[in-house]
This record gives sequence, structure tokens and C-alpha cells, in this order.
Amino acid sequence: MEDLVGEMLAGSVRALARVITLVENEDQRAYELMGCLFPHTGKAYVIGITGSPGTGKSTLTDKIAIALRQQNLTVGIIAVDPSSPFTGGALLGDRIRMQRASVDPGVFIRSMATRGHLGGLARTTADVIKILDAFGKDYIIVETVGVGQDEVEIAKTADTTILVLAPGLGDAIQSMKAGVMEIADIYAINKADRDGADQLFSDVRIRVDQDVHIRKKAWEAPVLSTVAVDDKGVAELVEAIDTHRRFLQESGRMTSARWEKTRHETLALLKEEVSRIILERILGNGRFDALIDEIISRKKDPYTSVQEIIQSLFPQHA
Amino acid sequence: MAKKIKVIMAKPGLDGHDRGAKLLSRILAEAGMEVVYTGLRQTPEMVVDTALQEDANVVGLSSLSGVHTYFFPRVVELLKQKKMQNVLVVGGGIIPEEDIPELKKAGVAAIFGPGTNTGEIVQFIKGNVKGN
Repeated sequence: MEDLVGEMLAGSVRALARVITLVENEDQRAYELMGCLFPHTGKAYVIGITGSPGTGKSTLTDKIAIALRQQNLTVGIIAVDPSSPFTGGALLGDRIRMQRASVDPGVFIRSMATRGHLGGLARTTADVIKILDAFGKDYIIVETVGVGQDEVEIAKTADTTILVLAPGLGDAIQSMKAGVMEIADIYAINKADRDGADQLFSDVRIRVDQDVHIRKKAWEAPVLSTVAVDDKGVAELVEAIDTHRRFLQESGRMTSARWEKTRHETLALLKEEVSRIILERILGNGRFDALIDEIISRKKDPYTSVQEIIQSLFPQHA
Repeated sequence: MAKKIKVIMAKPGLDGHDRGAKLLSRILAEAGMEVVYTGLRQTPEMVVDTALQEDANVVGLSSLSGVHTYFFPRVVELLKQKKMQNVLVVGGGIIPEEDIPELKKAGVAAIFGPGTNTGEIVQFIKGNVKGN
């Protein structure tokens, strides 16, 4: 195991890809692997790209990656697409829009299927970010699935979250709603050459003004127009990312945000392990199904039964 | 956690007939696999690079323009160079019968021509894919 991590840290792309697979498959070696490479994390800057399906996230990701490469920075990209809830399979079609970035040896692109996880990312995406971080990528761009209104998981994972919007999908009331509209550090109106782009730009600007009115915000999210396929507005977008990064660093928010993030992730790991171990114990003795029979026939109720199970596992628990 | 079969579906060369590749991508996804569709105009180097980054188990190559005699073996060769000799390489499209033995000798595991029962393709992949 140490060999594989060693190879990866020495720069082997093959080892990197293999490590990602093991962690993605939640192989039993994954914990050890992550423990090995964790000391090497904490350097990369994470950009989240989110928005509805078809708004141009992948194309924009490709352009941002190229722009970063021109500054001689290395880039890791994680492109997430949904798994079928019926068949478990997935069509991973994001990297097809990243042809230019994909032939650059300084760019590593990995497609991930959600495998049933909700929220916009795959369950192990946060781990894969750490892997790319340890590998030495300066920037990591995470492209979420096409999200609806309230998949906001990316905000807990990225340093800068860019919400990509496209004209024709809603009006001013839409842009006032909760959910994804709240998590943007930067708004990108993509496909800005289409009808309705000006109106959308104006609606989003109004929302940002409302936000500032309601609550004094230290960071006012810029609203930018892009036409990703034509590489228009990308330089300004990259500059906005840079500005946000400097704001986070200078205001101390980078440190506090990363602290929160680490707490959130560690707690999530703990919850998962605790859950797994306890369920193994409870479901392992074969009595659970018998309990269900008793509950169905109203001999017992689920609420009391659960309390009894907890009592038997943790006698000191009140 | 059940392992998923990761497939790269590629169209090497300048051939633009992608209906078959797209259909097969869907079929394999419906069969529970995770399919990366690379799109058109892939060089062997691009295909192998994608397979490397995605840690693919299978590479599917589609050619209807006659470039299979060069491209298919070239992909196999590059995979070997990158120490990915366990990747299952399969091909399809318009491949003359008489070219198939050469392709198999070069390391292409199977050629699925037009009209092949797609269930057969799924079974072949599931039956012959190797763990990494």
C-alpha cells in the first residue's frame, strides 16, 4: 500500500488513477491509503462549478483549466455525472467537452458517477480532491452534476463556488429563491450570446443587491457574462476567482472555512463508521427481521424497540 | 461496494459515424457499467491517456472508415507500454472479416460487427473483464 502511495507522490499518473479507484470503490485499503497521503494535502485551491444541466459547466471548466495552465499552474478536474437509480450504470459525458485540456499533461481529468449519492457530488469526491491535492495539483476544479434548486453540497467542499446560469430557464422570482442561488461566490451567465441573457444578468444583479441590503456581506458576488464555447469572459472569470481567493486569505476566512470543512468531513466519516459498525452488530444476529414481524403485528412498536436496542448496546445511555 | 466496470468508448481517426458508439455507450451504461464517451477524432494516444486517467477496465473502439488495421493494434500497444495490458480492448464498426484474425493477434479481444446482438457484447465484456 505504501508503495502505491509512494509511486503516486513521486508523480506516477497510473498510481494516482489506481489510488482514486480504490478510494472510489471504498476498498478496505482506502482508509489506510487516505491516512498515508493526508499529510500531503492542504495546498490545492478548490473551485466548484455548479448549475443546471446544459448550462455549459464542462465547457467552462475546460476553458478555466486552460487559462490556469497558461499561468503554469497544474490542474486536477473531477467531473461528476449521475448514476442511474434503476441500473446503477452511468454515461460519463463531461470530459468530452474538455478535449483541449485533456491533451495537456499538466491536467488530470477524472470522471465520477454519483453512485446513488445525492447533493451534487459522489460520496467519495471529497476524498478524490484530497488525492489530487496530495499529488500536487495547484488547482482542483470540481464540476457537479447538473443540479436542481437545492443541491448545495459543493459549497461545503470548494473554496470558490461558481454558479453557472444560462438564459431562458427562469425569471426574476426564480433568481430570488433559496438553494443554489445562495451558495455562489461568483455568478457566471453563460451562453451570454443568447436571447434573454441581458434580462438574466439584470435579475441576478438585482438578487445580489438584495443580498447586500438584507445582510452586510463581506464578499459581494460578482456577476459575469461568458460565452464559454467562444472563450469569451473566461479571463475575467479567472480574475474573479483570484480576487475571491485573495479576499479569503486576507480576511482570514480561508482558515476558518477550512476548519469548518475539516470538522464537517471528519464528523461525516465518524458518522459513517459508527453507523456501519453498529448496524453490523444489530443486523448480524438475525433477530432484526423477527423484530419487524412483531412490529407489523403491533406486538411491538418501532420507537420503543429502537430505544431497547440502544439500551442493550449502550447500557449507560439514559 | 460492488466494483463498477469502467469503459472508455472512443472513435479513433476522422470517422464521424457515431451512432453505433453512442448506442453501445447507452447499452453498457444500462447494463450497470460506467461509460466514458470520448467523442470523435481521438488519436490512439488520447484514447490511452483517457484510459489511464480513468483507470479503465475496457476500451471500446469504433471505426467505420477503415482505419482499424492501424488504430486498434496501436491502442493495444500503447496500453501495454503504459503497463495497462489487462485492459480489455474490443472493437466494432465496419471491420472486414478477413481483418479480424490480425486484429485478434494484435491483442484486440473481440470484434463486434453490425448486427451483433448487444446482449452478447455485454456478456462478453462482463465475462472477460479483468480486475486491475
